[in-house]
Amino acid sequence: MIAAAFEYHRPANIDQALDVLTRHGDDARVIAGGHSLIPMMKLRMTSIEHLVDLQDIAEMKGISVVDGRITIGALTTQHDLITHPELARAAPILAEAALQIADPQVRYMGTVGGNVANGDPGNDMPGLMQCLDAMFTLVGPDGSRDVAAREFYHSAYVTARGDDEILTKISFAASHSGYAYEKQKRKVGDYATAACAALITKVGGRCTAASVAMTNLSDTPIWSAAAGAALIDTTCDADAVRSAVAAALSDINPTGDNRGPVEFKRHVAGIIIGRAITRAVARA
Amino acid sequence: MSKKMQVSITVNGEAHDLLTEPRELLIYVLRERLNLTGAHVGCETSHCGACTVDMNGKSVKACTVFAAQANGAAITTIEGLGNPDALHVLQQTFREHHGLQCGYCTPGMITRAHRLLLENPNPTEEEVRFGIAGNLCRCTGYQNIVKSILAAAAELNATKEAAQ
Repeated sequence: MIAAAFEYHRPANIDQALDVLTRHGDDARVIAGGHSLIPMMKLRMTSIEHLVDLQDIAEMKGISVVDGRITIGALTTQHDLITHPELARAAPILAEAALQIADPQVRYMGTVGGNVANGDPGNDMPGLMQCLDAMFTLVGPDGSRDVAAREFYHSAYVTARGDDEILTKISFAASHSGYAYEKQKRKVGDYATAACAALITKVGGRCTAASVAMTNLSDTPIWSAAAGAALIDTTCDADAVRSAVAAALSDINPTGDNRGPVEFKRHVAGIIIGRAITRAVARA
Repeated sequence: MSKKMQVSITVNGEAHDLLTEPRELLIYVLRERLNLTGAHVGCETSHCGACTVDMNGKSVKACTVFAAQANGAAITTIEGLGNPDALHVLQQTFREHHGLQCGYCTPGMITRAHRLLLENPNPTEEEVRFGIAGNLCRCTGYQNIVKSILAAAAELNATKEAAQ
């Protein structure tokens, strides 16, 4: 399988990368780890005239935890998320989710920025970032702007990012909540049949904050405000969890495909959401 | 045809300068230009791991890396780990524990296991299985591959202890 011919660019910094994007418009596309884009190029499902490789842009790499806020450069790989000790303390849900993505070789190459920017409903990081209420920083010819993960996804592969913008970093508040990322997949390396991220905070036995978001159960990730509301001010007992699962299920719109018909996906989703909430509650 | 570009890569310690199209895949650069046919083309869709090589300290599927992306990289293939006269410990233990049948997945499997043991010199069986999840084998059922990797870990650790 041979991709269509392209011209290759390897800018040294964000300004140079933006310059290529500005010059070539939608004929240009950025590449990070390439493990979503290269297969599509080999299948000729997409053709790109100017490929802009971001690998040398040091300012888009790395993880920092400052004053309770975590910032992750877009070029940070899934492998980096799994092996970063400070991140493991500040937001262990990231490693838990990243370990459920693809396989070791793909995690060495695949980046968090690519995972969230691509807009593939099957990607795991978008739902997780909605659960965490993360902000995405987009840099374009007119400067930089922040977009909330919960506002970023419009439909499959359609996001708030303009063609001339690059998603450079992700940031969110460190949380001491109970957490869980649950994913049902057919085999190692598969996308989710259903996946769910949950964060639960309890004070004195009562839930004070709850966030629930789902992966691959609609054409965008889904953050369910109603599911969180069903848990807040409860002890997160079995009844409350059942109400939260029901609320989450009423927010999704799965489609039948080779992972199963709609009824099956709703069934799997109910179990996975319930497990995620229950495990997050146990850790809260 | 796109514009060709100069690509410099170091493979098994040897520097190479090649004129390639940027879209050429790393696996074909290794196999067809450098005649390093150890890494295999299996599925060519980044699922099977037969094309696994080590690039800048990471296990990668060479069917999913463009030659242009590898410009400047240091690569190790199975040929860089051992040779028929001096087998790598992993090659030795795969032979002793029957870690291969047809052999097609073996170069990728061993190259991946090599990186796994550098990162985690004393893995549990579960960690070995998780660590080779990106490499498919249709012959062995994995049992003897896992045994071979655990045996290599034990042998490498014993050698290290003896040296101290």
